[in-house]
Amino acid sequence: MNDDEVIRADGISKSFGPVRALTDVNLHVRRGEVLGLIGDNGAGKSTLIKILTGYHQPDGGSLLFEGEPVQLRSVVHARSLGIETVFQDLAMVDDLPVYLNLHLNRELVHRPIPFLRRREMRRRAREALDSIGIDIPSVTAEVGMLSGGQRQAIAVARSVYANARLLLLDEPLAAMGAKESALILRLLVELRQRGDLAIILIAHNYGQIMDVCDRVNLLQHGEITFDRPSKETSVAELLDLVHAEYRLKGSVSSAPDQIERDSGPAEV
Amino acid sequence: MPGGRTLLLGLMRVKELSILLVTIAAAIYFSTSSDAFNSVANYQTIAQYVAPWSIIAAGEVMLLICGEIDLSAGFVFALAPFLLMQFYVNGWPLALALLGAIVASMLIGVINGLIRTVLGVPSFITTLGMAFLLYGLVLIISGGRPVAAPKDAAVMQVFGGAKWTELLWAIGVIIVLQVILSGTRFGIHTQATGGNRVGAAESGIAINRIKVINFAVLGTLAGLAGILQGTRVGSYDPTNGGFDTMFFGVASAVIGGTALLGGTGTVVGAFLGALLLGIAFDGFNVLGVSANAFNVVLGAAILIAMILNVSLLVLRKRMGSRELA
Repeated sequence: MNDDEVIRADGISKSFGPVRALTDVNLHVRRGEVLGLIGDNGAGKSTLIKILTGYHQPDGGSLLFEGEPVQLRSVVHARSLGIETVFQDLAMVDDLPVYLNLHLNRELVHRPIPFLRRREMRRRAREALDSIGIDIPSVTAEVGMLSGGQRQAIAVARSVYANARLLLLDEPLAAMGAKESALILRLLVELRQRGDLAIILIAHNYGQIMDVCDRVNLLQHGEITFDRPSKETSVAELLDLVHAEYRLKGSVSSAPDQIERDSGPAEV
Repeated sequence: MPGGRTLLLGLMRVKELSILLVTIAAAIYFSTSSDAFNSVANYQTIAQYVAPWSIIAAGEVMLLICGEIDLSAGFVFALAPFLLMQFYVNGWPLALALLGAIVASMLIGVINGLIRTVLGVPSFITTLGMAFLLYGLVLIISGGRPVAAPKDAAVMQVFGGAKWTELLWAIGVIIVLQVILSGTRFGIHTQATGGNRVGAAESGIAINRIKVINFAVLGTLAGLAGILQGTRVGSYDPTNGGFDTMFFGVASAVIGGTALLGGTGTVVGAFLGALLLGIAFDGFNVLGVSANAFNVVLGAAILIAMILNVSLLVLRKRMGSRELA
């Protein structure tokens, strides 16, 4: 085991009733590393993320966090260890301002009377956004008024601001335009350069994965079937692997075309 | 004109502004239309309408914001005084009987909340069932007859016996709940629970606990409001409260800007909503207009308030987005 390893999953399995979402997942990621996690819809990516973040408990297998065995009891427990997630739905409350979303469930309060420290939260929110170069004109703006890219950036900033050691990003680029994707990819590159954070990125766009990830894992049928540094693979190879799966299924339909269309180089 | 636009945007951010203006307009209209409107006795009458509605509305606002509703509040309102009397005639000291009735009201809220969150029954259905159940209980306990309230006891002077105490309680409840809603973590978590249930849960907010607490708060307030009103009148009546009182509370909340689908709202807005309804109700009486006309006004007020809220929201978002782009 490497000293830099932030998380290691061994033989993780999870079922929902009769459906086996994960059968035997082995995965690890190091500090300063961005791991790209790819796989078809229904391969179990979101289930895996939710286990790593304490939202679901695995049926079997073990987790090591920074070398120590750990059972993640809840999202709050995982967060207390420094495991932060940006979920697909971003966990943003549209009617609340940016600074309260940045502090959601971590609001700062006075002592001994626990009133909110709004001014301090506004100041820290501004600092947090500035420190990773996110341009939001006002931290008092309601999040519902911002663009998809800005919301995503705030969700990432929230995790970083919380002193994340492991950051999980569940399809942060889905349904996002080229300009907004570029904003998020630039942010990820910046975070990787800081070197103090391990990142797991789920994405469907293999071009973008190759651009920002150090290593790629492919999740198929609830198992990691491919683990290689991104320098040693290519978009074509990743596509081949997925094509092979479709051929096995005997249903080469429009889905691979869709992947090909989406997998051009990212406009960073 | 950028200054004017900023001012307009700033004013639109004050969510209670439109309802405040309408309330002031209604007060001016009635006070110029009839001299009888401008008397202390009449203000007291208005306060008698406003106090119970606004206490129920304050609790309903918190529940509506976290995405739930309680239709049984009006029957907790009716039941609480009879629980007080049950405890009292069984030998409990009056203060303890009062506390017992309030705690029982809170527990009804907790039961509503647990059925909603643990068993997953929608709050509309849960509290509708609870409403009929409580109504039956009130009729059984009371035998369908009103009883005299222990109005002259010292402790009851604070709880509706003395003049204006009902309104003072209402104002106190409004202030405390508004401070909790906008100034504490619990308030923010209530808004987050209604604004994005899944997101709030993913952030580790205990959304079910938030909901149960808010059901309990409304139960407590409904019980309190029922005791206050009955004590002021001097008699506990099983036909007090009910769906009317609950719906006036919900209407006050909605007119005051609370979203029925959760996420946004203010307690102060609900108080202004109750004040507007109270002024209109009383004003129509003073002018000699029938109660039927009042219902027309109430319905129109709810519709206009909702249309205004929706239009203002769209406008705010449009102006806000342009400012942030």
